[in-house]
Amino acid sequence: MIGWRRYAKVFCGGVIVLLLVVCGLGAPWLAPYDPQEQSLEQRLRPPSLDLAENPHVMGTDNLGRDLLSRVIYGSRISLLVGAATVFLAGLLGCFLGAVAGYFGELIDETINKTTEIFLAFPFLLLAIAIMAFLGQGMVNLVIALVLSRWVQYCRVVRGEVLSLKEREFVQAARALGARDGYIILRHVIPNTLPSVMVIATFAMAVVIITEASLSFLGLGVPPNIPTWGSMLSEGRSYMYRAPWLTIFPGIAIFVTVLGINLLGDGLRDIIDPKLTRNR
Amino acid sequence: MIRRRIFGAVPVLLGMSFLVFLLMQLAPGDPVTLLLGEDAEPHEIEQVTREWGLDQPIVVQYWQFLTQAVRGNFGESMRYGEPVTQLVAERLPATVELALASLLVAIVIALPIGVYSAIRHNSLWDHSGMTLALVGISVPNFWLGIMLIFFLGGQLNLLPVAGRLTYGVNVTPVTNLVLLDALIEGNLAGFWDAVKHILLPAVTLGTSFAAIITRISRSSVLEVIRQDYITTARAKGLSERSVIWKHTLRNALITIITILGLQLGALLSGSVITETVFSWPGIGSLLIQAITTRDYKLAQGVIFFFAMVYFVINLLVDLLYTWVDPRIRL
Repeated sequence: MIGWRRYAKVFCGGVIVLLLVVCGLGAPWLAPYDPQEQSLEQRLRPPSLDLAENPHVMGTDNLGRDLLSRVIYGSRISLLVGAATVFLAGLLGCFLGAVAGYFGELIDETINKTTEIFLAFPFLLLAIAIMAFLGQGMVNLVIALVLSRWVQYCRVVRGEVLSLKEREFVQAARALGARDGYIILRHVIPNTLPSVMVIATFAMAVVIITEASLSFLGLGVPPNIPTWGSMLSEGRSYMYRAPWLTIFPGIAIFVTVLGINLLGDGLRDIIDPKLTRNR
Repeated sequence: MIRRRIFGAVPVLLGMSFLVFLLMQLAPGDPVTLLLGEDAEPHEIEQVTREWGLDQPIVVQYWQFLTQAVRGNFGESMRYGEPVTQLVAERLPATVELALASLLVAIVIALPIGVYSAIRHNSLWDHSGMTLALVGISVPNFWLGIMLIFFLGGQLNLLPVAGRLTYGVNVTPVTNLVLLDALIEGNLAGFWDAVKHILLPAVTLGTSFAAIITRISRSSVLEVIRQDYITTARAKGLSERSVIWKHTLRNALITIITILGLQLGALLSGSVITETVFSWPGIGSLLIQAITTRDYKLAQGVIFFFAMVYFVINLLVDLLYTWVDPRIRL
């Protein structure tokens, strides 16, 4: 029963994430309109299933842009920012965590103190702070999110490496004359990957919500790029006249994050069955 | 041990202050030009630059920032022309009130669901509770806030959607926590009005925390329920009620309270978005105003204040944890 549920979570989450990826990659072919194409005659048209009458399934915004196309294109930004952040934060965090755990002493102490400094900020606040001072932009956004998220990886990997470096296979590699860099890359980091994968999945969900939050606050990517957060922010002004402008982008964020969380939950249960008893 | 933990915090505080200071240096544009405007005369720019110590080496500037920050002086807001500390102090009660109300909402929703899910482990109730928690974690709180405004505030017109009190309703400020002040004053109409105003923001901010607390309380109770002393309590013939209330919950609460403490710090930062959505006049919305008007001194002060509060709460929770559970060593 539990096993079946575990795989069901991974399956449901995986399907949602797959759909997101397909939407993101196939946006130019899937979107019925250009997301930037304005048509003042078509402004604030409500959603419609009668395509002959109104071809805009999710309606249009205040500039007459097709909302469905913008939601589809918005998935690109979420996906891109999420994947780039998770990858770069993972790379930085894993590297520093592995180095700290493996070498110990002063290096460990320095990296540990640095992580403590970053952990002293609530992560959303740190992202807001960095964006506030760096200014809007895709690269700045990824930098802000990476700087806010690398610590989680670093802490977990360091903990794992502390135990891994005492294991026989690492000792054996060292006895055979392998260099530290080789041992870390070939033997230590690969063994931390299951945990890293679980953290990365949950981090992706958090990053997508944070990106949307920052865009909502006007601190994300520039306004000319359609993102779910900025669509919500723009739609807020027309909330009572055109509620679909806030409902659909919100549902897109919710379903995406739900899918990623399902996938993360399922992966964690599979990778660490001990935890399943408590979940 | 406690002393070591407190002294260990000093380098972190220094690093934290340096990071906040460094962010200000990364800000695009010259702060003096921002203050005086593009048309300022060179001698005016030079004078303000000297007054603010911006002509000094960066290390000296940091030292000045640090020594002033220790005294609670974060300079003056460029927009309001008032000390940053004063602006933060004026807005703080609104944020504290919202954070506490959200925590209350989170506890009221989460604890019964979490505990009951653990007691009825793997039942339909348990699965429903956990699904609800998963949904709660996945809902972006600013969207939830907008939806609540739209449906409960706009369509059904049940609750107010902005501010702390209706225009014309007055509560004499004592603590500046409106709910508390209304009670002190015995102003029930004011209290009820304040409750109606805080309800939607508190639910918005509290929902994601409720989801986290549901999961934590469920797993803590499950952890305790499998301990030998619970088996012994049952073997002794104690009633199930006694086993759950006296033996399980009491021990599970240690972890739950710790998480609640840590969440309070996170709630404060989460208030940035909720306050913006509901025009709540707290320090979260002050930060966003400071950022949008490029009032960097104010933004720097608010960020440092948030980080300090978060840090101190975490430290206190750590210390409290060791006191409550002596098996834990810092």
